Amino acid sequence: MELLKKYPKLFQWLFLLAVFFALCFAIDVPETYKFIRGQAEFVKDPNQSAFVFLGKEVRYYAFDVFWRLPPLLGWLPIWINDSLFFLMNDWMPMEFWNEDTQEYKTRPLVLQITRNLTAFMTFLIELIREILLGGLETIVAFTSWDWIDANPWAELPGLPWTIVAAGSAILAYKLGGKGLALYALLSMTYISIFGQWKPSMQTLSFILVAAPLSFIFGLGLGVAAYKSKRVEKALYPILLVMQTMPQYAVLVPALVLFGVGDHAAVIITMIVAVPPMILLTLLGLRAVPPEVIEAGRMSGCSNWQLMSKVLIPTARRDILIGVNQVIMVCFSMAVISAFIGAKGLGFNLLLALNQLNIGLALEAGLCISLIAILLDKMSLAWANKQVDYFGNLNFFQRNKNSLFFGVIVIVGILLAYFGSIYFKDGYNYLFEVPHNKGISTADFWNKGVDWIFDTFFVYIKAFNTWLIVDVLQPMRALYLRMPAVATLVLVVGAGYLIGGVRSALVVCGLTLFIALSPWWDRALVTTYMATFGVLVSCTIGFTVGTLCFQNKHSTNFMLNVCDIFQTFPSFVYLIPVMMLFGITDTSVLIAVIVYATIPATRYTIEGLRSVPAGLHDAATMSGVTKFQRLFKIEFPLAFPHMMLGLNQTIVFALFMVIIGAFIGTEDLGQYILKALSDKKGAGIGLTLGICVAFIGLIFDNLIRTWVGQRKKHLGID
Amino acid sequence: MSEPVIKCQSVYKIFGANAESMLKEANGNVDAKTFQENGCIVGVNNASFEVSKGEMLVVMGLSGSGKSTLLRCISRLTDATGGKIFIEGQDLLNLNNKELIDLRRNKMGMVFQSFALLPHKTVLENIAFPLQIKGIKTEDSINKAMDMVKLVGLDGRENYFPRELSGGQQQRVGIARSLAVEPDIWFLDEPFSALDPLIRKEMQDEFLRLQEKLQKTIMFITHDFDEALKLADRIAIMKDGIIEQLDTPANIVLNPATEYVRKFTEEVPREKVLLIKDVMDEITSDNMGDIKVSKDEIIENVAEKILTQEKTAAVTDGKNNIVGSINPAKIINTVFGGRKNNH
Repeated sequence: MELLKKYPKLFQWLFLLAVFFALCFAIDVPETYKFIRGQAEFVKDPNQSAFVFLGKEVRYYAFDVFWRLPPLLGWLPIWINDSLFFLMNDWMPMEFWNEDTQEYKTRPLVLQITRNLTAFMTFLIELIREILLGGLETIVAFTSWDWIDANPWAELPGLPWTIVAAGSAILAYKLGGKGLALYALLSMTYISIFGQWKPSMQTLSFILVAAPLSFIFGLGLGVAAYKSKRVEKALYPILLVMQTMPQYAVLVPALVLFGVGDHAAVIITMIVAVPPMILLTLLGLRAVPPEVIEAGRMSGCSNWQLMSKVLIPTARRDILIGVNQVIMVCFSMAVISAFIGAKGLGFNLLLALNQLNIGLALEAGLCISLIAILLDKMSLAWANKQVDYFGNLNFFQRNKNSLFFGVIVIVGILLAYFGSIYFKDGYNYLFEVPHNKGISTADFWNKGVDWIFDTFFVYIKAFNTWLIVDVLQPMRALYLRMPAVATLVLVVGAGYLIGGVRSALVVCGLTLFIALSPWWDRALVTTYMATFGVLVSCTIGFTVGTLCFQNKHSTNFMLNVCDIFQTFPSFVYLIPVMMLFGITDTSVLIAVIVYATIPATRYTIEGLRSVPAGLHDAATMSGVTKFQRLFKIEFPLAFPHMMLGLNQTIVFALFMVIIGAFIGTEDLGQYILKALSDKKGAGIGLTLGICVAFIGLIFDNLIRTWVGQRKKHLGID
Repeated sequence: MSEPVIKCQSVYKIFGANAESMLKEANGNVDAKTFQENGCIVGVNNASFEVSKGEMLVVMGLSGSGKSTLLRCISRLTDATGGKIFIEGQDLLNLNNKELIDLRRNKMGMVFQSFALLPHKTVLENIAFPLQIKGIKTEDSINKAMDMVKLVGLDGRENYFPRELSGGQQQRVGIARSLAVEPDIWFLDEPFSALDPLIRKEMQDEFLRLQEKLQKTIMFITHDFDEALKLADRIAIMKDGIIEQLDTPANIVLNPATEYVRKFTEEVPREKVLLIKDVMDEITSDNMGDIKVSKDEIIENVAEKILTQEKTAAVTDGKNNIVGSINPAKIINTVFGGRKNNH
């Protein structure tokens, strides 16, 4: 009894677990139940039950309600899909002037809007692309195809790679000094001589449109949310869901709205990249000290000046993190959007992965990462740039970079010209090294992979088999063995114990949505994979983080490593694991673990760092040992921060699990991938995405509530 | 007498949802307690005073006394709930946004407790900021800012970032920035409170030196009574939003209006605050010595001279006319006696 009084929470949790297991054992697996493979949900089968709601028929395998809830929301994807089609094809037809045919044409409003939007995006992308690579779309946009036929000389010639490489080096020098310039020059040259120039420039042109647009929209909406509570309230739920929504899932509805191609990719990238930018802008603006705002006002700032010269620059740190996020998302989307026909490195990467040509995939992945790091560092350097007012420079000194660039342009053109004479019969390597005509190390890597595979085949295979048979399969079976009611009780109970009725209700709503969708089993598989990944990632991340924290140099080193790894687009992680483990669940899980370990490590280090130095000294003066200090003082205080890391780890793990569908899994991600090629997939894809987002949000809600209470308890901020 | 630069007529600032209607109902009789029960907090309660040109008014009060709120009403960083404020005859509360910005760009400067420097700008850029906001050319504003850098003695550090400076240096930047547009009115909100005692004293002296040179009209907020005595022409002591007493330092020390004010004055070393003229007697011929002291001298500086002579000293004005007298007993009484009476 006394124990019970001393640790009431502990007993509540034990009681909850007891109820959970009791339910698990009390409810038997129905004899007819089996995990349905493939897309059997969509196949007609006499064993299925059916109901009709809002005129949509939903078919499903009925089980005991305690075991699996019937998919009462099964009509939702169909309904979303139909409404989308209605919007696009039948809603509000209007007369629009058509430039090409010179007459009015009837078109639905939404279709017209999306088509105009895509035309605009296409124009922007093509403009940059043709400056870099040459082409005639841009000129066509201003004139017409007939005009081009009449004037065959009219074509943007494109820049020789030498000019682009040197130009980016000069820009990098101007922004960030010699180191960055050298990095820019080396990576650009690498890209060129390894024959990745064209796809790289295609990707770059995509990024150069998507990233600035995302930045502008994110910043604008962030400012709007800062200024108006109403805007913030309207945006908040969307932001929340978008944070945990896998990028894949957005592809499908966008496909319907905007079609296939780079323009659609830009729009999707913006949908994914804008929310974190908004959140970070808002966070940064909120953190500006009130006295700084007052100082701005007293300096006589108008509202606009206050925002642009005081608030935004002062909030720079968070906004820059936002920019970094935008760039990360853009590169990651550059790969993912290859699924909907975006050209460039991403497309090559996917193709290579599909052919299991690891060497090629590696080269493409390396190029993406090189450009990503370059852009990230350049944007950072740009924001930190300082002006020298007392230089007293003359004209040449002031414009030396532009002049130098001018010289480079001339030299580059001359070189290209000589090249065209020298390489008369073959390719002009001084203009552009054609794709796959550069040096390639792909064979080397492929041979290396083969060698590793041949040499260590036995061990890899043994490990793989052990992991799958002894760990993964049983774990998966356990997850699937949970009756729906038991899961619900567990989750809602946890919500109640952590955050009271409010939390319980939120969590209950989120779980019910998934349970009532037709994909409960798939969601369980997703959860199992994510859980496994998170458990391992956290163990590694917390251990590595704690160990690194013992020494200042290793701390900084580790944070830098995290930075660089974070810049890699998520897809790149699949390459090395596929090299080693081929197409198995193990590959996906290892990619998940590597990817999700980054936030776990980072937040552990930052959490430990956030422990006040005074406490550190106080503990040392009370004569604690290193271990006592770690366990009695640093861990408890750093724990809230580390739990936020856990939150991020879960989100990262979920993302990777979904991307893992590309390798072949049986979870929600696989269905999203399938929805991509399904004509009526928009509703399914979106609903699936929401399911994944909700899994993330359940944990998010529980962890944040707990962290909030813990922080209040400890009196941290 | 010329027009006062700052003039407040029963200014109220009340925070809360229905502050305005409640103020109207109260009909000029605001009781903090009743307001608090209705969810309103009284920041400034019926403040009326004037500050004339070149005068330094120090508003002194403990935290939460409403002194910073009062200053923000007068700089219109927050809108007063009731009352009238005139800046050089202009009705401040009736200015539109553009006029207000104009006023701030040309007439007002403000220094903040936490310095409130822009972290992304160098010392020079921070100081040039109000000038650039005004639309002055980069070159001119940088030159002007460089003059300001020299004025506050930061030359050589103009390209530092605020984070690279000590607290005292940062506040020098804050002061230079507030002076860059050559304002007539200078607001200082606890400018030295975040500094170490030694630095604080140094900055106070520096501030007095600047003021002697510039002769601005100043409202200075502090929670430090000694600081107020040292700097002020007049002091306003605030408590719970009400100005308890507004008078010269000497009068506050000699005749505290309320019990609250008296508590502050108890520990004050009077000889350091009071001038001869504050305590002198009429002209007399009893026991006159041959010492003459100026009436504007602080007692501490001449006490030894008078006391060792044990004779009455003559008090002179600036033109060496005798305007009064002071005897040693009076000095002893002022320094030690006042305090005894109060206990």
